[in-house]
Amino acid sequence: MSVQIPFRPKDPAAGAARSGGPLGSVDRAARALLAPTRSGSSPLAVAVVTVLTVAAALGITAGLVAIVGGAPGEVFSSMLDGSVGTPGAFSQTLLEATPLLLVAVGSCVSSRAGVFNIGQEGQMLIGASVGAYVGLRTQGPPAVVLTLTLVCSALGGALWAAIPAVMRYRRGVDVVVSTLLMIFIAEQLVSFVVSKPWLLQETRVSGQIVAPQSNALAPSFRLPTLGDYPGLTISLGAFLAVGLAIVVAVLLARSRWGFRLRMLGHNPLAARHAGVREATFGGLALALSGAFSGLAGGVVLTGEVYRLQPGMSDNYGWDGLLVALVARDNPIAAVPTALVFGALRSGGGVLASTGVPAYLIDITQALLVFAFVLPPALLALWRSTADRRPPPPGRHLHLRPGRRVRGRRVTGGHGGRGTHGANGAYRAYGECGARGAGRGERGDRREGQRR
Amino acid sequence: MILDDGATILSSAIRLAAPLGFAACGEYLAERAGTMNISIEGMMITGAFTAVAAASATGSATLGLLAGAIAGLVIGAVHGNASHRLAVNTFVVGLTLNVLALGATSFFNESMDLTGHQVAQVSIPVLRDIPLVGEPLFVQRWPVYLLLGLIPLTWYLVERTRWGLELRAVGENPQGADVTGIRVNIRRRQALLWCGLFSGLGGAHLAVGAVGSFNDNMTAGRGYLVIAAVIFGAWRLRGTILGVALFGLADAMRLALPAVGVKLNSQLLIAAPYLLALAAMVLVVRRTRQPAALGKPFTRGIV
Repeated sequence: MSVQIPFRPKDPAAGAARSGGPLGSVDRAARALLAPTRSGSSPLAVAVVTVLTVAAALGITAGLVAIVGGAPGEVFSSMLDGSVGTPGAFSQTLLEATPLLLVAVGSCVSSRAGVFNIGQEGQMLIGASVGAYVGLRTQGPPAVVLTLTLVCSALGGALWAAIPAVMRYRRGVDVVVSTLLMIFIAEQLVSFVVSKPWLLQETRVSGQIVAPQSNALAPSFRLPTLGDYPGLTISLGAFLAVGLAIVVAVLLARSRWGFRLRMLGHNPLAARHAGVREATFGGLALALSGAFSGLAGGVVLTGEVYRLQPGMSDNYGWDGLLVALVARDNPIAAVPTALVFGALRSGGGVLASTGVPAYLIDITQALLVFAFVLPPALLALWRSTADRRPPPPGRHLHLRPGRRVRGRRVTGGHGGRGTHGANGAYRAYGECGARGAGRGERGDRREGQRR
Repeated sequence: MILDDGATILSSAIRLAAPLGFAACGEYLAERAGTMNISIEGMMITGAFTAVAAASATGSATLGLLAGAIAGLVIGAVHGNASHRLAVNTFVVGLTLNVLALGATSFFNESMDLTGHQVAQVSIPVLRDIPLVGEPLFVQRWPVYLLLGLIPLTWYLVERTRWGLELRAVGENPQGADVTGIRVNIRRRQALLWCGLFSGLGGAHLAVGAVGSFNDNMTAGRGYLVIAAVIFGAWRLRGTILGVALFGLADAMRLALPAVGVKLNSQLLIAAPYLLALAAMVLVVRRTRQPAALGKPFTRGIV
């Protein structure tokens, strides 16, 4: 690889990719897993604060249960029973986790490229529609038709996501907004498709009301499962999702394509100068993300619902996006996260029996996202306020020799004012590299304490 | 006959557009300051629920309206502090707040017993007898007339005050604004507070003004419609309000046309606002009328 650019020195993954060596020491692997953030905080600190915020999120959830008159312990144990307690419940958890994981892996790809796709819900629906069209209108050996259904679902999602990509790189339209708005267009499109008999509406049976949904897929064209109900059943989709997560993780971390993608996400300007074509890589990342969402739609179609319905995406798209956020855009971390979110979803199904509204799990999911997103930012804020704390009043010589600043001993002889030392003392005080070197004198006074 | 139908459609268009109008003023402010605020959906639903809950507790729909606005303000404060103090990605914050708000309002709605309240209807004596426009314009719930005052207020705030000038500077060129001594992130937080206040009011008006009760997910994507309106209006207040009016009209047509006997695809009418907004973006963005720093976080230092 001929790419030689000044890169963020604190990004361990980039370092590993550049050196081309094995993934590196345990420390680097832990860093990559725990804190692929750009805050520069130590992974241990992030982990500690994350534990605290997760505890707070669960505490708030328990408080909400208590407010509406439920017993938190009872709710927790019944949710545990309903999600992992029996083989049947665990099968349901796996079934719910599969589309979440697929959507999340796609979100990881686009987010790593610096493209924030939030239209997964719509891409899923379009993928499922295309898949349903193929699955209902094609005849042939089951394996071939099933594969074709899934591939076409992915293609459908990719095409739907390619529209915002074209709009972004041809006309400069913001991806977040266009993908968001296209969800609602997709919803109406699907509801149109299932309301027209010449498209996908179910065939009329005399004496029955025709619902706005498609015919059911033939049993042989559905995703096969291992195991028998009421024992543990695992759909083929779960293996597919985990396999794809591993493939994407390896590609992102180890391939030239993955390196360029991440470079684009970290620093588009540097990437452009290094010869990464923004439109090609960013657009491809967005289309890939759409393909994963479309595939998730196809998996829901062939493994869970078996027919196209306007409500079949069932918030999988939004929740999968949340999974990616909690996993901090790491496809491997998305696997356990998707399991937890899937368990929440399947456990939420039994909440009604405890008298607590099932909407509790939406709250828990959102709070969990905050619990995982906030710690790096909190630490960064704490560091920056610690850095920018103004000198004590009336004492300009705050860099006295012998004083300890952020754990480093300031050595003598650096002209005590501490602003233009341009050497060790300056760095020890301000760590100016961390947030760019813009520590002007005026700036310090004006907005020194808070941003 | 045609006059009657027209009056009915116009009347319901104004009724449907009013909640969007409140929120659109807020979203306009936030976007001019450089925040692409997608938590507006969460602000609206929270405002709607809080309004009904407060009205149910106090028995006064007006107090409910006030409580709804304050609830929106709280969401705005959370969003502002998370994305313009902690520097978390604003879309992540907005998205999560939306999920949280939708879940929390449905959760409490199911576990509380709320009674519906509705604000009073204003009916202006002589003017309401004008054919076609009389009834739509002069027989409405009173917050609609509050909106008539709020739109010029928003315009004045943004275009005619020093604060508004700074707000626009922050949205166009935060680095430059920072150098001239404007506190960029504080301005953005303030814009989000206004946005929360107005959007909460919009949601509250939807609940205790237009409908009179709360049901789960009652905003149903209206917040995103507001974002579409601001884009459709090319980040100008006049265009934004025009967009809101158009979207309200499309919604009213969808409800009214089947009764009149005109066949028009309802899915197309529902999707029309989003299609219009996308078309506007494709056509308008090239002319760089979008606030230059829209959606870009600001941190001090070399870019």
